[in-house]
Amino acid sequence: MSGEVDKSKRRLLGVAAGAMGGVGAAGVAIPFIASMSPSARAQAAGAPVEVDISKMEPGQRLTVEWRGKPVWILRRTPEMLAALPTLAGELRDPNSEEEQQPDYAKNPLRSVIPEYLVLVGICTHLGCSPGFRPEFAPADLGPGWKGGFFCPCHGSRFDLAGRVYKGVPAPLNLEVPPHRYLGKLPDTKDRIIIGTDPENA
Amino acid sequence: MNEKLTALLGWIDARFPLTKMYNEHVGQYYAPKNFNFWYYFGSLALLVLVIQILSGLFLTMHYKPDGNLAFASVEYIMRDVPGGWIIRYMHSTGASFFFIVVYLHMFRGLMYGSYKNPRELIWLIGMGIYMLLMAEAFMGYLLPWGQMSFWGAQVIINLVGAIPVIGEPLTLWVRGDYVVADATLNRFFALHVIGLPLILLGLVVAHITALHEVGSNNPDGVEIKKNKGPDGHPVDGIPFHPYYTVKDAFGVGVFLFFFCAVLFFMPEGGGYFIEAPNFIPADPLKTPEHIAPVWYFTPYYAILRAVPDKVLGVILMNVAIFMFFLLPWLDRCKVKSIRYRGPIFKTALAIFVISFLGLGYLGTIPATPAATVVSRILSILYFAFFLLMPIYSQLDRTKPVPERVTCK
Amino acid sequence: MQMRKIITILMFLGLPTLGAASSDTVHLDQPTINLKDMASLQRGARVFIENCLNCHSAGYMRYARMASDLGMSEDDTRALMYTSDKLGELMNVSIDEAEAKVWFGTAPPDLSVITRSRKPAWIYTYLRSFYADTKRPFGVNNTVFKDVAMPHVLAPYQGVQKAVYAEGHNGDKKVEKLLPDQLGSMNTAEFDAMINDLVNFMVYVGEPAKLVRYNIGIYVLVFIVLLASLLYMLKREYWKDVH
Repeated sequence: MSGEVDKSKRRLLGVAAGAMGGVGAAGVAIPFIASMSPSARAQAAGAPVEVDISKMEPGQRLTVEWRGKPVWILRRTPEMLAALPTLAGELRDPNSEEEQQPDYAKNPLRSVIPEYLVLVGICTHLGCSPGFRPEFAPADLGPGWKGGFFCPCHGSRFDLAGRVYKGVPAPLNLEVPPHRYLGKLPDTKDRIIIGTDPENA
Repeated sequence: MNEKLTALLGWIDARFPLTKMYNEHVGQYYAPKNFNFWYYFGSLALLVLVIQILSGLFLTMHYKPDGNLAFASVEYIMRDVPGGWIIRYMHSTGASFFFIVVYLHMFRGLMYGSYKNPRELIWLIGMGIYMLLMAEAFMGYLLPWGQMSFWGAQVIINLVGAIPVIGEPLTLWVRGDYVVADATLNRFFALHVIGLPLILLGLVVAHITALHEVGSNNPDGVEIKKNKGPDGHPVDGIPFHPYYTVKDAFGVGVFLFFFCAVLFFMPEGGGYFIEAPNFIPADPLKTPEHIAPVWYFTPYYAILRAVPDKVLGVILMNVAIFMFFLLPWLDRCKVKSIRYRGPIFKTALAIFVISFLGLGYLGTIPATPAATVVSRILSILYFAFFLLMPIYSQLDRTKPVPERVTCK
Repeated sequence: MQMRKIITILMFLGLPTLGAASSDTVHLDQPTINLKDMASLQRGARVFIENCLNCHSAGYMRYARMASDLGMSEDDTRALMYTSDKLGELMNVSIDEAEAKVWFGTAPPDLSVITRSRKPAWIYTYLRSFYADTKRPFGVNNTVFKDVAMPHVLAPYQGVQKAVYAEGHNGDKKVEKLLPDQLGSMNTAEFDAMINDLVNFMVYVGEPAKLVRYNIGIYVLVFIVLLASLLYMLKREYWKDVH
């Protein structure tokens, strides 16, 4: 073994090779990590869903499946709409400050067209699907109840805009999924696509 | 920082022989300093094993071992799974490269007498790994559930039927059905992804442990442990780390170039790595016009076809593989390395390589009368290499072996 | 060294002739396969969907994948689809397999990976080699695929060819060449170009990843060359110690 060893050159080459090897390893990891995200099949199965809403009566609710989750479409009556502003004091997030809806639904009624409410029917607490309780002041929910959704699992309450009440386990308002209406607003509102944003949103 | 690391290491070492193991196998493992080109393939085989386990693991997340779904699930991986095609080609290319590397690794052993005393057991374990690898590859090849998968499995399982008396019931038991079917696919999947790999890993550990116990051979066939310096280490040895870690790392770089060239530019390997009929779903009613096993089995397949008798063909095919196990005792030459052996051994080895490659080629083409004749000649040469070895290895004129290794 | 030379010579000169000796196959015309030619792929897609997809499926291929890979707009793609209106859908057919078996005698095979089990040249030649044969159920036969169950679907474009027979060695009749008989809407050059586009598209369908595989491969190989050079310098530096 010769005495003269250029230690700094070895260190430099070692670090360079190590760094480049690290980059290579990261590159190899890309397809492996990517392979675990939703495949084209899962994406196709989770594609936007088109729903005919032309025959909905006021007060009626439709449940459709989108990405395996229940999505509710509710056609609200004038009474229901009138009751919503009166509840603000009892709600955790009455003005929808939290990111639980697309920008185009960030308004007091949480909807694009006032009458129609579109919600993902999954409680923001632990993922149960709340029940639909449109009646006013039923015996079990008390005289203050102005219609809404009640989660049977842990008693979380939401109003008819999907806004969560204070003093219940659920932390956030129900989620409004991306959705758009087919045709020009406000004239045509007989079809709705869930899972995609309006073209100029 | 360094102090804390040392303290941590001390804590571990008091409970687990980490530093001791590192020194035994890497830091203080003294390997001969004269390794040449042929000595890259051991570490490369280990690399391919890692590639296969990793890519196989991720394929398992998407593959469906079901006769009705298997073929489609492979195409699903190739198209719908993000990055799936890279992982699949990694695995299929890896299978063929595994055998390329292992065959070169074995050839190195033949050339330099690495199977001879005191390394007989390393050789036997290595041959065990080779046989297991063949079983692993054979079962893996059924999984895409294409025509070649199906009919290849059908033919090879029927070889078991050549065993007298118990042959027929045994094939039925292996398949779990009257033909290769869903049950066969499912059990081959289980064996391919967990059963055989576990044993394979165990044997690989045993192979390396045995190697590090006696020390590596080298192109001169000189035992470096006979010549120790005042520090107690072999004079002609150098620590595995850093010398062979950096050298093998370079070997890995070169290897990956060829590996990725195939993966990205010719994953079918000219129809040898992924065979064209395997893009037709398995059909039990229709045999493809020409069926040939994957290239790494073809030397033995050619021997099987060269024998005009079913039972004898199967026996000779198995004996052909078994011959390798006997090598340490067939070779009576005092000299290990081909460098100091005489013309007879060199000629015999050349003839053996020609017969092995020739049979490999013949196994891929349809059996014409001319091809059969050549297959028979090459089969005889193949066996002659082993069976005549006790005689010719003694007759050979050897050159004097040097005391120390030589460096070119 | 000499040993290796002998092996090489034997392998490359002697043995391969054994395999080639026995083959007696039809001459195949070579199509131009160019997966970078998006216009050709798009034309091929149209021909494929309008003609093949009535009976054959391409059940591992998604419309959406095709649209994004070939740069087709959503509306153009939707206009081509009549079995489904969801872009994420697979290219399946509504034809019932059992019924198809009754009509054709065999179920039309899925075409997703047909270009990987058959050579593109085979498909290119096959689709242009139908000729009138009254003995067959659909009145046509094929020189590449004798007694094929498939009718001459592309007859409206190509017309119908008639066979010119020649005496074989042992007195049996063999098709020597095919000549146009009843004309279709295209001349030979137009028809060949259309089939070329179609086969080009089918090669793409056989392995959509092929579009990106080579590009990624180049980067990977360049990276490995750089890495290996660095590792070589590292190895050389350390091995200065070893004498």
